[in-house]
Amino acid sequence: MSNKPRIWLFGDDVNTDLIIPGRYLDSYDPAHLASHAMEGANKGFAAGVAEGDIIVAGRNFGCGSSREQAVIALKRSGIQAIIARSFARIFYRNAINLGLHVIVSGTADSVFKDGDSAVLEVEAGTLASIDGSKMAALDRIPEHVRVILDHGGLIPHIKAKLGKK
Amino acid sequence: MAGRTFAEKVLGRASGNPKAKAGEIVEASPDLVMSHENTFLVDKSFSEFGLDRPWDSDRIAIVLDHRTPANTVQTAAVHARIRKLVNDYSIKRFYDAGEGICHQLLVEERLVRPGQLVLGTDSHTTTAGAVGAFATGVGATEMAGVWATGSLWLRIPETLRVELSGHLQKGTYPKDVALRIAAMIGPSGADYKCIEFNGSLIQDMPIAGRMVLCNMSVEMGAKAAIVVPDAVTKEWFRGYDPPVKAVVSSDPDAEFERRMEVDVSKLPPMVAGPDKVEISRSVDKFEGVGIDQAFIGTCTNGRLEDLVAAAEVLKGRKVSPSCRLIVAPASRRILVDAIDMGVAQTIVSAGGTLLPPGCGPCLGSHEGVLGPGEVCISSSNRNFRGRMGSDEAVIYLASPATVAASAIEGKIADPRRFLR
Repeated sequence: MSNKPRIWLFGDDVNTDLIIPGRYLDSYDPAHLASHAMEGANKGFAAGVAEGDIIVAGRNFGCGSSREQAVIALKRSGIQAIIARSFARIFYRNAINLGLHVIVSGTADSVFKDGDSAVLEVEAGTLASIDGSKMAALDRIPEHVRVILDHGGLIPHIKAKLGKK
Repeated sequence: MAGRTFAEKVLGRASGNPKAKAGEIVEASPDLVMSHENTFLVDKSFSEFGLDRPWDSDRIAIVLDHRTPANTVQTAAVHARIRKLVNDYSIKRFYDAGEGICHQLLVEERLVRPGQLVLGTDSHTTTAGAVGAFATGVGATEMAGVWATGSLWLRIPETLRVELSGHLQKGTYPKDVALRIAAMIGPSGADYKCIEFNGSLIQDMPIAGRMVLCNMSVEMGAKAAIVVPDAVTKEWFRGYDPPVKAVVSSDPDAEFERRMEVDVSKLPPMVAGPDKVEISRSVDKFEGVGIDQAFIGTCTNGRLEDLVAAAEVLKGRKVSPSCRLIVAPASRRILVDAIDMGVAQTIVSAGGTLLPPGCGPCLGSHEGVLGPGEVCISSSNRNFRGRMGSDEAVIYLASPATVAASAIEGKIADPRRFLR
C-alpha cells in the first residue's frame, strides 16, 4: 500500500454504468474489470490508481444496477475505501459483502480536492491530509455492517457463523 | 399504537418478528429468490461455503435474459455452467434463453405472490411489487449467502406514499407518470424507502402499468415499491393455485414518513435525458432532436400493452430512413400474443426489427449497441452515459408510443399527433 494514498474525487450520482458499463461484463475476470474501472467518469482512473487510494464522492454513489462487478472493479483497482455523502443501497451492501469499506461523510467531498493525499483512520473516524491541514469526520460504521467488515466480507462472516453451529 | 406499514408487515412476518418497526434491522427469510446470468457469480461465491446445495432449491428461480442468445463465447460458457448447476441443484424454476426477462417472468408465471418477500440479483426486482410483494435487489455474493443460510439482514424501510389521481390523457401512459415522479423527487428521493402507489389512477391500472411504476422506482433510489393490492391484484391470480385469499397492505393508521400527491390529468408525454432519469420534461421541450435508434422493450416497457401502443402509432406508417427501430418483447408469451394479434406484423412492416425476448440492447451488451455520437430514444429505464454502448452516445427515455412516434419522424416526436 502506498504511504501517500491519493484521493479520487467524484460528484453526485456516480452510477454503475460509469463505474463499469455492461459492455465489459462478458468477462468476470477482476483484472479485466479493473482495467475499465470508472472509465465513464474519469478516463485516467484505471491507469493512475494505486493500491490504497481512496474515492471521495457526493450523494448516491453507486446508483443503478446491482452488478457486483462495480465493487470488484474498484476493489481490484486497489481502492481501500469509498467515502461519500450517501450510497445507493445495493452498491453499499455489495461493497460490505466483498470487504470494501464504504463510509458516510457529510463533508469529505467539500474538504478534499481530487489528487490530494490523505490518511484514513477508520477507528478514529477521520480522513486527514498528510500535513494535517485538512480533516473530514466520518460517520460511524453501523454495528451490523462492522461485524461483516471485520471478517473481511460476507463469505468469511457466514463461514464463521456456519462453523459455530 | 399506530398501525403498521406493508413493509413492516412483510419483513416482520419474514423475520418471525411481528412487531418489527421501520428502522429496525431484521434477519429475514425470502419466499422466492431470483438470479439471471449473474447466477454464475452467485455460484462462484456459494462454492466457497463448501455446501452440497442451496438451502431450498424450490425457492430459487433462474432466468437467462441479459445476453440471450449468447453474444460471445464467454457468455455461452456462462450459460452452459448455469444449465449444469440448475440440473445439479434440481432447480425446477429455470427459464432458458428466449423465454423472456426475469422480472416479466416472475410476474407472468405467477411465481411471485402477494405479501411475499422476494430477492433478485437485479436492481429492477422492485417490479414484482406490482402484484403486492416486497421485492428488492441484492448483489451476487449476498445471494450466495442466502443460498447458504436461507436468510439475510434487512433494514425495515420507511414508506413514501404516492397518491395518484386523475385520468391519463391520450398519448400518455404509466411510463410518463414514472418519469414525472422521477423529476419531482430525483434519483435518491426514495433512497432506502418503500414506495406505495395508491389513488384513483391505480384502480383502473392493469398489472402491466403497475409493473412500470414499481420498476422505475429504483431509479429514485427505492428499496422496494408496491402498488397497493386490490381487486386487480386478486384477479391476476384467478385460476392459479393456491387461490389468493388475502393480500397484505398498510393499515389505515400506519405511519408514512412522507406522502405526496400527483394529479396526472394534465400530464403530457414525457421524455427524460440525456444521462439522467430525473431530467424529465414534456416531450415538446425535446421535439426535433434527431435520433439514430429507437428501442422498445425491456422489463420497463416490453409488455403486450406497450407493443400495442407502439403499433397504434406505427400502423400504416414507415420508420424514417434516418433511424432504426428495434423491438424486443419482454417474454415469449408476449411475442406469441403480438404475433396472434397482428401487432408484430404491424411493427415489422413499418420497418421495425424484432429481437428475441430478453433484455437486448438496454444494457449495451449486444443487439443494438450505440456508436460514438449516436442518439437513441428508448422505452427502458436508464439513460446513463455509456449504458447502451459508446460513452459518446446519448440516450433519452420515453413511453413506447413516444419512441414509436420518434422512429417515424427520425427525431423526438409527440405521439399524440399519430393517435386518433
